[in-house]
Amino acid sequence: MDIWILLTILMLSCFVGYFVIWGVTPALHSPLMSVSNAISGIIIIGALISLETNSSAADLFLSYLACFLAAVNIVGGFVVSQRMLAMFKSREKK
Amino acid sequence: MSALINTSYLLACFLMIVSIRSLAAPHTARRGNILGMAGMALAVAAAVMALRLPNYPLVVLIIILGAAVGTYSALKVKITALPQMIAAFNGLGGLAAVCIALSEVISSSPKNLDNTIGMIIGGLAFSGSFVAFAKLQGLITAKSVNFPLQYPLNAALFISVIALSVWFIAEPKQTLFFALTALVLILGFLLILPIGGADMPVVISLLNGGSGWAAVGIGLSLDNSLLIIIGSVVGAGGSILAYIMIKAMNRSLLNILTGGFSAHTAATPADETRTARAGAPEDAAFIMENAAKIIIVPGFGMAAAQAQHAVKTMAALLRDKYRVEVKFAIHPVAGRMPGHMNVLLAEAGIDYADIYEMADINNEFASADVAYVIGANDITNPSAKNDTSSPLYGMPVLDVAKAKTVFFVKRSLGGGYSGVDNPLFYAPNTIMLYGDARDITEKIVKVLEN
Repeated sequence: MDIWILLTILMLSCFVGYFVIWGVTPALHSPLMSVSNAISGIIIIGALISLETNSSAADLFLSYLACFLAAVNIVGGFVVSQRMLAMFKSREKK
Repeated sequence: MSALINTSYLLACFLMIVSIRSLAAPHTARRGNILGMAGMALAVAAAVMALRLPNYPLVVLIIILGAAVGTYSALKVKITALPQMIAAFNGLGGLAAVCIALSEVISSSPKNLDNTIGMIIGGLAFSGSFVAFAKLQGLITAKSVNFPLQYPLNAALFISVIALSVWFIAEPKQTLFFALTALVLILGFLLILPIGGADMPVVISLLNGGSGWAAVGIGLSLDNSLLIIIGSVVGAGGSILAYIMIKAMNRSLLNILTGGFSAHTAATPADETRTARAGAPEDAAFIMENAAKIIIVPGFGMAAAQAQHAVKTMAALLRDKYRVEVKFAIHPVAGRMPGHMNVLLAEAGIDYADIYEMADINNEFASADVAYVIGANDITNPSAKNDTSSPLYGMPVLDVAKAKTVFFVKRSLGGGYSGVDNPLFYAPNTIMLYGDARDITEKIVKVLEN
């Protein structure tokens, strides 16, 4: 893809991020961190793409390692968020 | 096939942004997390199916293995230890970015600039998170670590990283990239080392953002808009949280990165002529059951003493048996990461409708009969408002002193996490309850029950 298209996407999504994040209630800032931590594991797609082109054993190993690390990050992040969010209860919402 | 994968990426992207958006309110948040999981699962499934992978079973096995490790550690972690858990996960994300960048450079990708950016941010996030984890877990001292020529050394390293990056981009040799990676890892380590434990909320937020920005770098390298979009939303999130934390402490980023805080704490000598009034839990119980309105101010010390369940019982007794209005006041930096205290109170089963942010409750202290400060100190320090010589000066604090009676549950008159003296201890309306936070609160509960 053209680098200028990518940079345009980058700029626009920074604005999206800015507004979406400010909308999060401060009480949920910890879950926000762990959810965003989990979705930053989207880098696993990068690991998979880099598996397509492997020139050497070292290259292959690094891509697999990245895959593993990102998988830990994703699933761990979502599970810990679920644990936290399950604790938020209120008598007003029954 | 390309249309299928791109449609999946698009939908996944939508789901993940909606997932963050759903965190706007507690009742939509759980659904949001599920949407996030769905988005991620969709993106990964599409990528695994559409890409020409060298060994499908191995890839699936590795992902399942990673998922198992992640699930296990996420289920095991205590809520008090959440910050170091998040730090560790951030570090993994950063390391993944480093691995991908290295792998791309080894396979002679032409995107030298993008790989360098991804590697530098990912590497700093990795080694920085490693230090943050060690500090929070107590493996190394939480205090600011200083040694001679520290900042000149960091500056020299920083300049070397820039110079080597330029050299690599001009003349892309693999050995240069490996050397650059090593330098970046050392720099990340040294950058976080001087930061004191009280500033960890800022550091964790920054590193959280770092793992997002690293994904942006890798996205640019691999021409993948999904990575760029999600990475920058996460990056913006971490940066904004860090900004909120810095504001809540009235500090600057530079001041935090140089650990400037602890260097000045010796400047406030304790005035030995002042006396603090000590009280017994029985007196506290008597005053509280006759109060109309009580505001409880929890700090990390409450969680460290495992007192949150006793506090919950105390609040419930006061409300149900004595018809007292009980509210909780939370300072933005009350825990070890943004929003940490809210999760700790939620874990104890305290209704989130009773929990108020500083801005929403600060003017209510004047109408409160009792402020019950448990395990908190610096966030109530009035010298932040009126003593220009205090290192805390300018930091927004809870107006605890305005309550008719202030109970301070504390082991001793010592300073807080910042080491700064708190004049509130010696105020005429303050009663100190010396002892373990949990022990004291349980004693009050016992008296209230009879």
